[in-house]
Amino acid sequence: MALVRLRGPLKRLAGDEPEHELEGATVEELLRELERAHPATSGWILDERGILRRHINVFLNGELCEQGARVDAGDRVEVLPAISGGR
Amino acid sequence: MTELLVGTKKGLFALTGEPGSPFEVSARAFAGEPVEFALRDPRSGRVLASVTSPFYGPKIWYSDDLAGDWQQAEGVALPGAGDAALERIWVLAAGAANGTVYAGGDPGVLFESRDGGARFELNRALWEHPSRAGWQPGAGGLCLHSIATWPGDPQRLAIAISAAGVWLTDDGGASWRRGNEGLVARYLPEDPPPEDEVALCVHQMQRVPARPERLFMQFHGGVYRSDDAGESWSDIAPGLPSDFGFPLALDPADPDAAYVIPLAADIDRVTPEGRVRVYETRDAGASWTPRGDGLPSEDAYLTVLREAFGRTGAGEELELYFGATSGALFGSGDAGASWFEVASHLPPVLSVTAGASR
Repeated sequence: MALVRLRGPLKRLAGDEPEHELEGATVEELLRELERAHPATSGWILDERGILRRHINVFLNGELCEQGARVDAGDRVEVLPAISGGR
Repeated sequence: MTELLVGTKKGLFALTGEPGSPFEVSARAFAGEPVEFALRDPRSGRVLASVTSPFYGPKIWYSDDLAGDWQQAEGVALPGAGDAALERIWVLAAGAANGTVYAGGDPGVLFESRDGGARFELNRALWEHPSRAGWQPGAGGLCLHSIATWPGDPQRLAIAISAAGVWLTDDGGASWRRGNEGLVARYLPEDPPPEDEVALCVHQMQRVPARPERLFMQFHGGVYRSDDAGESWSDIAPGLPSDFGFPLALDPADPDAAYVIPLAADIDRVTPEGRVRVYETRDAGASWTPRGDGLPSEDAYLTVLREAFGRTGAGEELELYFGATSGALFGSGDAGASWFEVASHLPPVLSVTAGASR
């Protein structure tokens, strides 16, 4: 199990819970599992193609990562809006 | 009392007031987020808004209480197995059938809701049209921005896409055909490519409610009228200071009436000569009259976007409202004869719709 942390609207969509223990071998699998557990998050982090939205950053244990990054038990994944999206 | 729903780069603003004096901001929603378009469905009173979060993507929201909670509409996405993602919802329109709402967006897609906007479905016939691979986007993307319903006949619909031209259906969207005869794209070579590859950059198109076979269009260089339900088009731009512009408004009481707001040129998208003027025709485009009483007339270089011109009422009581990217919002309570400043310092205005306040 890895820990996915959410803030702002994503937290609200996920039952107003900031932390979620989820199963998955990659960041993408964790985000898919999040969508299954909380369908309201569908389309917010990954688009309909399953691609991480352009202005969303995902950090794995504090390091910016790709959606295909491998995840181990006990890892910490944070999903944050990127400053590049601010206009 | 009139209500304006103003979509801006930084949220949705509802303004209420009486024509002739500045309006008050009565509600704001989606603070900080681009609201492309907002519509109060006159049948249900429900407000729908298209919001394009730069972080979380395009969504449609609806609420039965403008100051209350909003619900996210379902189904506003492209098929997951494809290469494309939905970029933006440009426009919302109440359909002819009760409960029907349409949404048009980028990349050239139409959604339909039959439950007042809670759930939408992609129009597959347009999405899977064989010519789609040849469609070219305009500067704003491949945007489906105009949805012209046919009063009393839900089977007939005209839509316009920049830059894939006009599309018509007589079977409720089960099939689509082009409606572009007579349109001249001056930005293409004189020997144009085949019809399926022509990039026809429609900027705005609206149907005359009292004579549904008539439509008016602002083109990317040209103002046109169709009297055969969008099959063919005639140029009615002579008499205007420029045939370039974006928005368009009609008077439901007069099938011969239309209003446009010309901009100087495609390479200079501001009001010409530093003067803000709306141009009105009452003879179906045979002649145009400038309407600028009360509008800025000196050193005024405004840009008015395609969805930023709304109206309510009809005839002598026609009210017109338009907003600029400067954040200024202007209105007329006498069909364009005189104008007043509705609001001065909004964020850049993306869209304006008007109706009676509830």
